[in-house]
Amino acid sequence: MINMIKTTLLLTAALLLSGCERPPIETVQTGYRGTGMEQIYNPRTLAKQASLNAAPEVAEAASADGPKARDVYQNVKVLGDLSVGQFNRHMVSITQWVAPEAGCAYCHNVQNFADDGKYTKVVARRMIEMTQKVNQDYKAHVAETGVTCYTCHRGNNVPTQVWTAPKDRLYANSLLGDLAGQNMATKAAGLSSLPSDPFSPYLMGAEPIRVNSNTAMTGVGDYANRASTKQAEHIYSLMQHFSSSLGVNCTYCHNTRNFASWEESRPQRVTAWHGIRMARELNNEYIIPLTDQFPANRLGPKGDVAKVNCSTCHQGAYKPLYGAKMAKDFPELQAVVKP
Amino acid sequence: MAEYQNLFTSVQPVGPLHNGIDLPRGDDKRTGTPFLVHLLGRIGNAQIGPVYLGTLGVASLVFGIAAFNIIGFNMLASVDWNPIQLLRQLFWLALEPPPPAYGLSIPPLAQGGWWLIVGFMLTVSILLWWARTYRRARQLGLGTHVAWAFAAAIWLYLVCGFFRPVLMGSWSEAVPFGIFPHLDWVSAISLRYGNLFYNPFHALSIVFLYGSVLLFAMHGATILAVGRYGGEREIEQIIDRGTASERAGLFWRWTMGFNASMESIHRWAWWFAVLCPLVGGIGILLTGTVVDNWYLWSVKHHVVPAYPLGSPVVVDPAILGVKP
Repeated sequence: MINMIKTTLLLTAALLLSGCERPPIETVQTGYRGTGMEQIYNPRTLAKQASLNAAPEVAEAASADGPKARDVYQNVKVLGDLSVGQFNRHMVSITQWVAPEAGCAYCHNVQNFADDGKYTKVVARRMIEMTQKVNQDYKAHVAETGVTCYTCHRGNNVPTQVWTAPKDRLYANSLLGDLAGQNMATKAAGLSSLPSDPFSPYLMGAEPIRVNSNTAMTGVGDYANRASTKQAEHIYSLMQHFSSSLGVNCTYCHNTRNFASWEESRPQRVTAWHGIRMARELNNEYIIPLTDQFPANRLGPKGDVAKVNCSTCHQGAYKPLYGAKMAKDFPELQAVVKP
Repeated sequence: MAEYQNLFTSVQPVGPLHNGIDLPRGDDKRTGTPFLVHLLGRIGNAQIGPVYLGTLGVASLVFGIAAFNIIGFNMLASVDWNPIQLLRQLFWLALEPPPPAYGLSIPPLAQGGWWLIVGFMLTVSILLWWARTYRRARQLGLGTHVAWAFAAAIWLYLVCGFFRPVLMGSWSEAVPFGIFPHLDWVSAISLRYGNLFYNPFHALSIVFLYGSVLLFAMHGATILAVGRYGGEREIEQIIDRGTASERAGLFWRWTMGFNASMESIHRWAWWFAVLCPLVGGIGILLTGTVVDNWYLWSVKHHVVPAYPLGSPVVVDPAILGVKP
């Protein structure tokens, strides 16, 4: 009898602990003592993350001398200012970053490299412009680290971390079974029951993210803050995405006693603020206009193109590739080419 | 050898099954033939039933079961009528209140209409059950303490699901019917209204919640400890203090200087338990209707400690006219 009880207790304890993360857990203090400003890491999972976010070796720089690419090749629209040597180095790098297996033929008609017949080439050209835009105009987010094609692609034809509007369930949302855009345990919402598409309203649309009032008491009429608790759930879901994309907790940016306060926040929050605007512009100006270029199998269940969010670049790291400065070796990606 | 204990009793003295006292005129008959369950006898009374259903009980069950089924079928429809997915995703599923756009108007069935119907039915069911606890206590010749304690819980339920949404002018402010979704509502309302931890009524509610736990542990431990002197017959000892009572009182007087009496400890426990939802409900009712940001409210009333800011101080980029 006693043994049976002991075994039962042991099994119950093991079952209860099975959902836990195996130690050690390390805490890093990031703010004034007593404010709970700290980050929590597990060195074991961090080591695994680090190996997944290593930057590849960069090809040796080519000479800027010699004829320009635009004079030698035809139909070169964005990288024409490079020397032939530099241009070819770029093409080799981009192959390594985006289509290491398919090679040149992933984008080019190998009979005629100048041909724009493959959609991948048209998309790639626009994506180079997008990369230039990020490095030139979003220094407030990417700083001097910058981005290259590899920041998102990581050797894949399509970056692994992209989003499309979630698929509708067949019978839900009819007379019965209103999902109200949530309660679905999606990865986007961090497996919570929070709203499952926090991206469309905030990283494509520009719905207001700030729900807190600046005054203690409730305002009346024009002074009322009409943000609802439902809106707060949407923001919560978006912030879950930030957190899981960067592998950090809330206090990486916020002082959680007062989420809204900027002066109590860390400077990282300003970087994130610019990141929201960056993702929004990239989706609206660069990616969504390309929708018609893509074949149906590249589109989401609702026919929308795969778009970017925080994890597209970050992939679990607080800085993509843990801040490896790849972009500096590709000056041609630093500024938008004037037409 | 088997022994008689206060809890987890392995020996069960079993007498003839009984129906209890005769009921006053006008009451229904009791339902079911009583029977014994040995395992339940180990943690309480081994005799199950009979149950008194009566008009109120039946009416309450009808409304309650209807509400339960509407919630269940909505959840089932939301997983495409797949019963396995219903079980698998049960904790994630919910019947949601209408979206904010509908305010206090009556929404279509598919957009919160069911929620409104369920809210009404569940409330009717709960109120009927309350009336039942009141009337049963009266008919047994008891005080109505259980009914009023239950009323305190109903107050919090009505504040969250009815009074506050009505004052806010929007059904969407109410709580969804679902396991995780109602917890998300709890987090979201705290995030929206500037951190509920700075709501003094929330703080009081926590005091009474943890206080109830502490009192329960102290009282339970005390009575078990004096069980060997017959201390579990505590009600009897309210009027006729025996050595168990004396020792229990002495223990607390020696350890902390003060002891509750055999009667007063139960008033302590009752008030702590009742005040927990009572003050909590006041805190929720004020949230959004009177106070819009509890953190700033606490700053205003000088209860928030100030800490040194980082350097340089972070400034909201939106007010700097930063582009893009």
